[in-house]
Amino acid sequence: MNMPATKTEPVTMLPATVAPVVAMTPKRPPRADKYIKMVRETAVRGVPPLIVLALLMLFWELVCRRAGSTLPPPSRVYKDTKELIFDPFFDRGGIDKGLFWHLSASLQRVALGYSLAAVAGIALGTLVGQSVWAMRGLDPIFQVLRTIPPLAWLPLSLAAFRDGQPSAIFVIFITSIWPIIINTAVGIRNIPQDYRNVAAVVQLNPLEFFWKIMIPAAAPYIFTGLRIGIGLSWLAIVAAEMLIGGVGIGFFIWDAWNSSHISEIILALFYVGIIGFVLDRVIAGLAKVVTRGTALN
Amino acid sequence: MQAYLKLDHIDKTFSRGNASTEVLKDINLTIEKGEYVSIIGHSGCGKSTLLNIVAGLTPTTMGCVLLENREVNSPGPDRAVVFQNHSLLPWLTVYENVRLGVDKVFASSKTRGERDAWTMHNLNLVQMAHAKDKRPAEISGGMKQRVGIARALAMEPKVLLLDEPFGALDALTRAHLQDSVMALHQKLGNTILMITHDVDEAVLLSDRIVMMTNGPSARIGEVLDVPLARPRKRLELSTNAAYLKCRLRVLEFLYERHRFVEAA
Repeated sequence: MNMPATKTEPVTMLPATVAPVVAMTPKRPPRADKYIKMVRETAVRGVPPLIVLALLMLFWELVCRRAGSTLPPPSRVYKDTKELIFDPFFDRGGIDKGLFWHLSASLQRVALGYSLAAVAGIALGTLVGQSVWAMRGLDPIFQVLRTIPPLAWLPLSLAAFRDGQPSAIFVIFITSIWPIIINTAVGIRNIPQDYRNVAAVVQLNPLEFFWKIMIPAAAPYIFTGLRIGIGLSWLAIVAAEMLIGGVGIGFFIWDAWNSSHISEIILALFYVGIIGFVLDRVIAGLAKVVTRGTALN
Repeated sequence: MQAYLKLDHIDKTFSRGNASTEVLKDINLTIEKGEYVSIIGHSGCGKSTLLNIVAGLTPTTMGCVLLENREVNSPGPDRAVVFQNHSLLPWLTVYENVRLGVDKVFASSKTRGERDAWTMHNLNLVQMAHAKDKRPAEISGGMKQRVGIARALAMEPKVLLLDEPFGALDALTRAHLQDSVMALHQKLGNTILMITHDVDEAVLLSDRIVMMTNGPSARIGEVLDVPLARPRKRLELSTNAAYLKCRLRVLEFLYERHRFVEAA
């Protein structure tokens, strides 16, 4: 993209002759073409979802507009929640806060629980993938524990921690750790023997082997686990917060339901969806950067 | 002359449950310093197993490997391996792949700058310095194998082990790489043990050719001296009587006396 610009610069500094005109004219069209192409590509990707979204909104509006409908149409949702949309930062104490504060409280819990799960999950996954004994011992236990629904852990963790905050974090942790463990273990088990031979000949010690061979070689698998994990933890946080109360998007939804503010629920769901999507994209983007080398092969 | 590398009565049996297969039987071989020895045999005769035993990647059932009169039974940089399928780490650049070994082997004996210079020196030896920042997926098969050779050379091994290093390459690239290896051997005087199934390659490169009988229980059938002066020129050799005689001896061994039985 920079090519035409750098090439024309010295030319324009020369006294006006026929040459610059000749040199510049043929360079223009490709650049314009490029922009047209970019716009066209964006349109090709962006227009269909916009049209479908507009049609869905229209359908929703028509269905819910009738008198006696139980759910508000989009126009009502917008009218009811205008204040929440345009002022997400207000804080009137207690749980009467803007949506930003609720979402950031939820995100903080997820960040903490998920980080712990990522570290512990990769460590346990490595152990299970590397040691046959550990796999035989731990794998059956993991297979049973991972089927327990996230919320079933909540009463137990409340009993153990006697506080909502650590309990919610624990639920996130225990929900997102299983896919991380299992995928890491598969990744470690699939490290080609060749790489192990290389490490043996070079005489890497176990710690170097972990950082220089295992983690990069298993990275694509590990990131698959991390991506499933972040999705699950965002699923779990909303449910957990409904039960533990306090500040958080989950409790915001529950509170709105109790006060019959259906429009607020719809707005909150919209935000939950968008943030879940962004979290997934962030991990996917991170995976792309980190596994650049491995993915090529 | 004292034996530099000695394979002493090596037996190897693989067992799985109750079934056991004897792969190698009573392998004895001594290799002198600076010698280029090839091991040739039909596929499945256990030649790769033998190389892995020397590398320390596979334990022996009986017997031992002696390097400078000391037993070696675990892998180490003194017996660097050039693997058949290059085995470069795909997430590292060409430079980093070579540097990985250099950093470990010379951790205490060379400074950071010296290690960098040594890495570049070895990449230069195989004419790969120009691609030092490329990743393995971005270079050709022959280039990957060159980097594999540089990685092994950079560890300053006492014995260089080549496991069918040119097997996966096309004929032209193979010839080119064989010439490179010959030139390196000439220049650096390495002791080399190479596995191959290519008769011409064995005769062209080796001082001695070790011919293995068919497995199971493969033994060394015959050892042939290749009395050709170095440096050797591929084109001149194609009409050289001694070369043709050696080639014939190996062919006779492989295709007449120990023909590959297509039982498996």
